[in-house]
Amino acid sequence: MRVRMKVDGVVYEDEVEPRTLLTHHLRDGLGRVGTPIGCDTSNCGSCTLLVDGESVKSCSVLAVQADGTEITTIQGLAEGSTWHPVQKAFQEHHGLQCGYCTPGMILAAVDLLSHNPDPTEDEVRHGLEGNLCRCTGYQNIVKSVLSAASEMRGDGPLPGSFQDAPAESHETAGASS
Amino acid sequence: MIPAAFDYVAPTSLAEAVSALSEAGEDAKILAGGQSLIPVLRLRLAFPSTLVDLGRVDELRGVREDGDSLVIGAMTRHSEVMDDPLVRQYAGLLAEATATVADPAVRHRGTFGGALAHADPAGDLAAVALALDAELVAEGPGGRRTIAARDFFVNYLETALSPDEILAAVRVPKLEGFWGVRYEKFHRVAQAWAIVGVAAAVRMDGDTPGGSIAEARIGLTNMGATPVRASSVEGALVGAADRAAVQEASSSVAEGTSPPSDLGGQADYRQHLARVLTARAVTAAAGLGG
Ligand SMILES: Cc1cc2nc3c(=O)[nH]c(=O)nc-3n(C[C@H](O)[C@H](O)[C@H](O)COP(=O)(O)OP(=O)(O)OC[C@H]3O[C@@H](n4cnc5c(N)ncnc54)[C@H](O)[C@@H]3O)c2cc1C
Ligand code: FES
Ligand code: FES
Repeated sequence: MRVRMKVDGVVYEDEVEPRTLLTHHLRDGLGRVGTPIGCDTSNCGSCTLLVDGESVKSCSVLAVQADGTEITTIQGLAEGSTWHPVQKAFQEHHGLQCGYCTPGMILAAVDLLSHNPDPTEDEVRHGLEGNLCRCTGYQNIVKSVLSAASEMRGDGPLPGSFQDAPAESHETAGASS
Repeated sequence: MIPAAFDYVAPTSLAEAVSALSEAGEDAKILAGGQSLIPVLRLRLAFPSTLVDLGRVDELRGVREDGDSLVIGAMTRHSEVMDDPLVRQYAGLLAEATATVADPAVRHRGTFGGALAHADPAGDLAAVALALDAELVAEGPGGRRTIAARDFFVNYLETALSPDEILAAVRVPKLEGFWGVRYEKFHRVAQAWAIVGVAAAVRMDGDTPGGSIAEARIGLTNMGATPVRASSVEGALVGAADRAAVQEASSSVAEGTSPPSDLGGQADYRQHLARVLTARAVTAAAGLGG
């Protein structure tokens, strides 16, 4: 089937098999590999992207279902060389470790903030409930999203975890004997 | 994994969809939001010959008023149902339960009709459809028929729809006046399916505090092969006017149920949960919490 979609501002038209998942079309068909696949059960959320502005798990959508839509992946979020405030906040607040969940986490956060520009911590946690992270323990992800929300409302980012952390001095173990 | 190959059609009207489904034969399947079906296809647990995608049939989407009922199109997405002003006003139980389904991304694709047609007893919305006395409107080559929610859920993942019928809409009678509602879902982590869920709608005798329960309707999630309407406890709840009376009446809710034993919990644990959650849901719905 012929499928036409706009991905991160570029229009693509291709022949796809109906069984092709949207993620596979993007990664293998269009070479846009910014969207990872983390599971076979629609649970992990690492494949989350925006279809016509709404978050979806792209492993659970067929490419043919996305015919005629506009798609935003992590690769299309920055404006030129300027990161999206959510991307910036994830860097400043150490919202990632291995980074595997990060594209999906960031797009789920962008979706959340588009519906709710001033979320509570609890609302952030619920808004990201479809995205699993196996590294960070979520604390810094939540901080990142709250900081991005604050910046996007014009209140400026929350203090970053690196810049403002006091330098720690480490005593060498056993040095006091 | 990549699903096995299938043919795909995307009709733009219900009439076209009905004929496409009949023409494609017995092994064809409807594709709604795909949030249950696509994972199943990915795991190669199903091999449909053709998918008839309802995603472009606009007439199946949206909520409207029709006299004493709301008519909710089968393709109305979870995210649209839970935020719809008519649903919030007249079917608050459905709005509340839908907000507990899965996660925001799944709710952007999954549909009310798809959840009911899938008939997973662990799904949250079937118990609500039972408690609200919803009616399901099916369209097939022989025309249109209406099926009461009570008669719709036949067995595990099995409904009264025949293979050539499409669920078109769900009629939900409006709850007005002295009704209170609550959906209590017990699950271990966010986004997970219910270990047990209880949908309660309760009508009070009057609007003064201290009134008693005049009518109660209870639907149970994940307490058997199908969603369950707990009729026995409904009678016992009538007349209850305080928390202790609700607890007493709720103790019979699990009688006659045969819930599954799985990683989520053993059957007897589920029966215990059903009793506790029924008392909680009814107490909250009836405003007897104080
Ligand atoms: C990670 C995850 C978590 C989830 N958690 C929950 C949860 O907590 N609670 C819950 O209730 N659900 C949960 N779900 C399921 C979700 O609610 C699905 O949206 C729903 O079960 C199916 O709806 P759908 O529109 O996606 O249907 P599809 O997946 O497209 O279809 C499901 C089945 O119904 C049939 N069908 C669909 N529509 C029609 C129709 N109109 N007429 C005839 N047949 C039809 C299809 O042929 C198919 O067999 C979860 C799903 C995922 C992926
Ligand atoms: S890859 Fe895990 S939800 Fe899509
Ligand atoms: S940073 Fe590794 S999974 Fe989230």
